[in-house]
Amino acid sequence: MTAADTIDVRFEGRLGAFRLAVGFQAPGRGVTALFGPSGCGKTSVLRAIAGLDHLTGLCRIGDEVWQDGQRFLPTHRRPVGYVFQEANLFPHLSVKRNLLYSSRGKVLPAAEGRIGFKEVVELLKVEPLLERAPARLSGGERQRVAIGRALLSQPRLLLMDEPLSALDQATRQEILPFLERLHDTLALPILYVSHDMREVERLADHVVLMREGRVLASGPLTEIQSDPDLPLARERDARVSLEGVVATIDAEYGIVGITVEGGQFLVPGEDSFKIGDHLRLAIGADDVSLSRVPPAATSILNVLPAVIVSARALGRHQMLVALGLGDNGKGDRLLARVTRKSWEQLDLAEGVQVHAQIKGVALAPR
Amino acid sequence: MAALSPEIWTSVRLTIELAAVTTAILLVIGTPIAWWLARSKAWWREAVAAIVALPLVLPPTVLGFYLLVALGPNGLGGVLSSFGGLRTLAFTFEGLVIGSVVYSLPFVVQPIRNAFEAMGERPMEVAATLRASPLRSFWTVALPMARPGFLTGAVLGFAHTVGEFGVVLMIGGNIPGETKVLSVAIYDFVETLRWREANILAGGMVVFAFVVILSMIALEKRMRRLGP
Repeated sequence: MTAADTIDVRFEGRLGAFRLAVGFQAPGRGVTALFGPSGCGKTSVLRAIAGLDHLTGLCRIGDEVWQDGQRFLPTHRRPVGYVFQEANLFPHLSVKRNLLYSSRGKVLPAAEGRIGFKEVVELLKVEPLLERAPARLSGGERQRVAIGRALLSQPRLLLMDEPLSALDQATRQEILPFLERLHDTLALPILYVSHDMREVERLADHVVLMREGRVLASGPLTEIQSDPDLPLARERDARVSLEGVVATIDAEYGIVGITVEGGQFLVPGEDSFKIGDHLRLAIGADDVSLSRVPPAATSILNVLPAVIVSARALGRHQMLVALGLGDNGKGDRLLARVTRKSWEQLDLAEGVQVHAQIKGVALAPR
Repeated sequence: MAALSPEIWTSVRLTIELAAVTTAILLVIGTPIAWWLARSKAWWREAVAAIVALPLVLPPTVLGFYLLVALGPNGLGGVLSSFGGLRTLAFTFEGLVIGSVVYSLPFVVQPIRNAFEAMGERPMEVAATLRASPLRSFWTVALPMARPGFLTGAVLGFAHTVGEFGVVLMIGGNIPGETKVLSVAIYDFVETLRWREANILAGGMVVFAFVVILSMIALEKRMRRLGP
């Protein structure tokens, strides 16, 4: 992460009952999630970055300063794209005119540093909708058009404020793949506000964890998820996401081998995978159990050597354990939740080598 | 219809002229006022709104009286009219226009303000994130989205100007072809016992009012179907 492409944000202001004081740096590419419970100030930060609200502070994208002590660029002079919770299409304009609002109706081809009209229409599959009025679109279609409209404003930074929260579950599942494609096809950095960890898991590379107007932590997704000192790891359904690559395919048993840093997972896989595919795995802390010796005979496919990196008490009877995969513990991180009884009986401690048995692995395509 | 005296036609034409000019002026000055009333967070906003709404409550004669003073030779109108070589704006068509504008202002401002408020801040914010300057956002988003409010305001402003009487009588007098509009003409006919003409004009006004209200309702329905 060089200074040239970092997103650097610092804001202070009032936010209802508490003070907003946030500061974070995000990489200049990929998806950074602003994650936290409702009302923690995520949307306020996004609005301040867009210049829709004027908080005191600093906002710098690469070497472009949008706001500091001296200057405050008005929203229309900041190259942002903003996708709100509701699509907010202009009701008096057709889908096409909505998409072309920022270029004043001109259809422009793709060029160096410019996203073309055709590409956006293809990416979001809105071709059949172009001549329709927004009132005649479904919720998911509307949100797709809103995303396309934001992209066509040629932003340097795309801001998305819970773009799925106003949609029902089925429509969410319809839009998510588009967002994933956005992530994979565009070099454009995205700041994505969400309070839904499942969404963040699928989309984000980097997480800024917020609570009550401040930033608790900021870093790569896996790091933030697996840090036992952060609230995410202590949640009932805590899990850790890992980046993996398909290395082997066992057609007879329908099992794919997915390599991560420090180990390999065997996962029942459909035929759709190819060697070299990038996948994201999610492993719940409840699905990992520990053993001192390699279990002799077990139906569990995944038993990986790991080292206990750190451990914290979770209430009175449980331990939350952070593991590093591999014999030396230098690989990817996992979380395991074990009873204090097992912890003591197995005489576990930080630095101890264990065998992690993983009962379940959730897969998401990358 | 040929049986109608030219007097009647003169007042009909004058009335339509007055209402058209007034409505045009009201749309031009009413729009920024409505925008400000819909958007401003100033504490004295409602005070301004109340001033705009005063003609709704005041007896037209009160309004007419003050306008007469203001437009007369010793008022602002006297000063203004002296540039045009006149002594006063009272008892002129121009004076009537000024009076009608004040009198019908709330009928135009209120629907437009409501339309701007119903739109909310969001569309303008969206436009700003799409690189539109405030002025371009206003022209391309706020105005088209508030179109139903403008139509309602224009129709109400026009109709209300056609129907005014008290203010006209106070500041316009009764000069044929200059300030003698329909409502005053009816009054005159009754005064001079010309019941036939009074009947025709009054009946015509009833039909006009009915058509206006009916078309408003139809328009609103159509807008709702096309709108957001």
